[in-house]
Amino acid sequence: MTEKIIGKNPLKEWKPRPDLPPPVRDFGLSGWLRKNLFSSAGNTFFTLIGITIIWLTVPPFIQWAVINAAWLGDNRSACDYLLEGEKNGACWVFIKVRLGMFMYGFYPDPERWRVNFALCLLALGALPILTTGLLEKNLRRIVYLIAGAIVCTVFFGPFPGLTAAMFLSAPLLLSFTPLARQIPVRGWNWIFLFTIYPVIAWFLFTGGIFGLPYVDTHQWGGMFLTLVIAGIGIAASLPIGILLALGRRSSMPVTKTLCVCFIELIRGVPLISVLFMASVMLPLLLPEGTHFNKLLRALIGVALFYAAYMAEVVRGGLAAIPKGQYEAAQALGWGYWKMMGLIILPQALRLVIPGIVNTFLGLFKDTTLVAVIGLMDMLGIVKTALADTDWLGFPKEAYVFAALTYWVFCFSMSRYSMSLEKRFRVNRR
Amino acid sequence: MSKLIYNPKFRAWFIQGCVVVILLTLLGMAAYNTSENLSKAGITTGFGFLEETAGFDISLKLISYSRASTYGRAFLVGLLNTLLVSGIGILVSTILGFLIGVARLSPNWLISRMAAVYIEIVRNVPLLLQILFWYIAILNPLPRPRNAMNFMDTFYLCNRGLIMPSPIWKPGIIAAPIALGTAIVVSIILILWAGKHQKKTGKRFPAYWTSFGLLIGLPFIALALADFPIIWEIPVLHGFNFRGGATMLPEFIALCLALSLYTAAFIGENVRAGIMAVDNGQWEAAFALGHRPGATLRLFIIPQAMRVIIPPLTSQHLTLVKNSSLAVVIGYPDIVHVFAGTTLNQTGQAVEIIAVTMLVYLTTSLSISFIMNWYNRKTSIMGA
Repeated sequence: MTEKIIGKNPLKEWKPRPDLPPPVRDFGLSGWLRKNLFSSAGNTFFTLIGITIIWLTVPPFIQWAVINAAWLGDNRSACDYLLEGEKNGACWVFIKVRLGMFMYGFYPDPERWRVNFALCLLALGALPILTTGLLEKNLRRIVYLIAGAIVCTVFFGPFPGLTAAMFLSAPLLLSFTPLARQIPVRGWNWIFLFTIYPVIAWFLFTGGIFGLPYVDTHQWGGMFLTLVIAGIGIAASLPIGILLALGRRSSMPVTKTLCVCFIELIRGVPLISVLFMASVMLPLLLPEGTHFNKLLRALIGVALFYAAYMAEVVRGGLAAIPKGQYEAAQALGWGYWKMMGLIILPQALRLVIPGIVNTFLGLFKDTTLVAVIGLMDMLGIVKTALADTDWLGFPKEAYVFAALTYWVFCFSMSRYSMSLEKRFRVNRR
Repeated sequence: MSKLIYNPKFRAWFIQGCVVVILLTLLGMAAYNTSENLSKAGITTGFGFLEETAGFDISLKLISYSRASTYGRAFLVGLLNTLLVSGIGILVSTILGFLIGVARLSPNWLISRMAAVYIEIVRNVPLLLQILFWYIAILNPLPRPRNAMNFMDTFYLCNRGLIMPSPIWKPGIIAAPIALGTAIVVSIILILWAGKHQKKTGKRFPAYWTSFGLLIGLPFIALALADFPIIWEIPVLHGFNFRGGATMLPEFIALCLALSLYTAAFIGENVRAGIMAVDNGQWEAAFALGHRPGATLRLFIIPQAMRVIIPPLTSQHLTLVKNSSLAVVIGYPDIVHVFAGTTLNQTGQAVEIIAVTMLVYLTTSLSISFIMNWYNRKTSIMGA
């Protein structure tokens, strides 16, 4: 009854009209442009400045790097037109011809497969650790290791293939044996990577046994040497850094003082002076006649230097662990090392993964400094290649190429750290 | 006996005793070997060499120096060069870094993307490579002085560096520094007074703009009153090189550029993190009070963000000072190049020279971090 009283349009019959389309000004391409680029006079001004900067830098660079560049050919004459004519372009032929040198330094040509094989083995061994979930199931693991062995056999021959098969399958087999079962496959992977792999790599790189010709360390160079220094530096600086961090937080006054002094001293000086010290002062400190490999000296310098930085990162993580965790471990009657190794450090290290990866990144970039004390890493080899009288006048190409190589490594490392951070954050919540 | 082994106190002292004994033994051996090696090489230890004549020239010197000067003088020249390049690097990288950090958070899509691209490119390429790139790939292939790039017949850019007019001072110039000093003192007083005035009355006095005007205006007026007692010596091409004017060495330009651009990327990230650490509610509160976005940033966000920004910023500055030692690679005469390089090669006093060089950096680092800790204590939230 009441409905009729309300009037001509009773509530019952009311229907909403169809939605209006969104205003054109706010959606679509023009809306997006308006919102993000031209929302106000100031914004428009900045957008125009940005477009100008891009216009001034990007097209000339593409012109130089792609359109005018010399891509084809395998000798100097392919690039002659760049130096004579008005065309301003890059001579990528130079990079192409010298690529082997940039990658391996003066490592003898027929032996370079050994480097490739060692790096391939490292990649195969590290992949199950770096990815989670993908290779967790045993069946998948078996498929993975068979595939890895086949790849190695195809590319490097039967003997390397056998080595790869043994290296990859050993962690899996060990995890089945009753004695070694306490440690999961993942743990065995870590242990193999840190103990067995360096030995294999060392024999592969230097040779001298199994019919492999001997290659001295002064022939190592290029990206290969950079990776060796970075790899050993990373593998050595993390454990030393953890020990230093534990020492700094220890209750023993002498140990604590020593650790604090070491960390603060190293962090206060530039790496170059540490490297100078390692190359100039180390021979003085040792008895006369002791010969010290130049590469080893640089490695000691880099590892100790970054251990100090690593110690500060780890200390941050240790400080963030609540006191209850320590007390709980002590209540279980555990000793210091068991408490640290099984309860505190796993949590602390997980907290500071971004810091650790940042330190690794710094280490990777700072390996370039070994060129200063005369090692032929990527930068050192670029300098040597530029001094070649046949190829004078192409420094831009060489440095852009080197920068690109470093960039790819560093950028992928930082992205990986970001994904790792995300994964662990998800796990914590 | 077994009780003693399981006594934690005894164990701690026993381990520490062992560490000390091992360390002392190693140090003793190192000291013995060093003295043996040095005496065999015929090098006398000590700092007497600082009084000897250096006999080499340095391409950039802020204080008077010649071949006949001593090694001690050379050390000072190198130290000043390090401080010069670090100072300029810190100034430029901080300004640039703040701009990049703010640009990274800009609502303007293009600007924030460009800042991100810049950061990702510059951060992921080693600094040494960047220095060499600027020096060898960009500045070295520049034309010779004859065909130098000419900017209005006063500035010339060539492979010898940037050649620019140099001022010649006349006696009346003393008015300028006096005016500048007065302006600085007046500005500080003004800023302090403005702060108190605002606290008392709530009214803001544009102290910063006024002092900016004072700092520029007072010296200018003083110079005008003294009838501009400066003559600019314009460089002129003479044969194969320029005569007159001042030269900015290519090593210096390359180092400044690389250090500033590289550090600016890191500072930009720090600034971004600092601004993002300020709670969104602060923006909203400021808007609710009717402030404009610019004023909000200046009066609310930046002061709070600074508390987060300052510690990493200082450590970036410290890193920059340490990174300036890479100058040795391109031959910029900094302390590592002059002292730990040339002087060490000539005298062979490795121990003393490396120790002094490290001490210089260590002193700088420790004093800067001391100041930083003081600042942190001062600005930290009380009770939090």
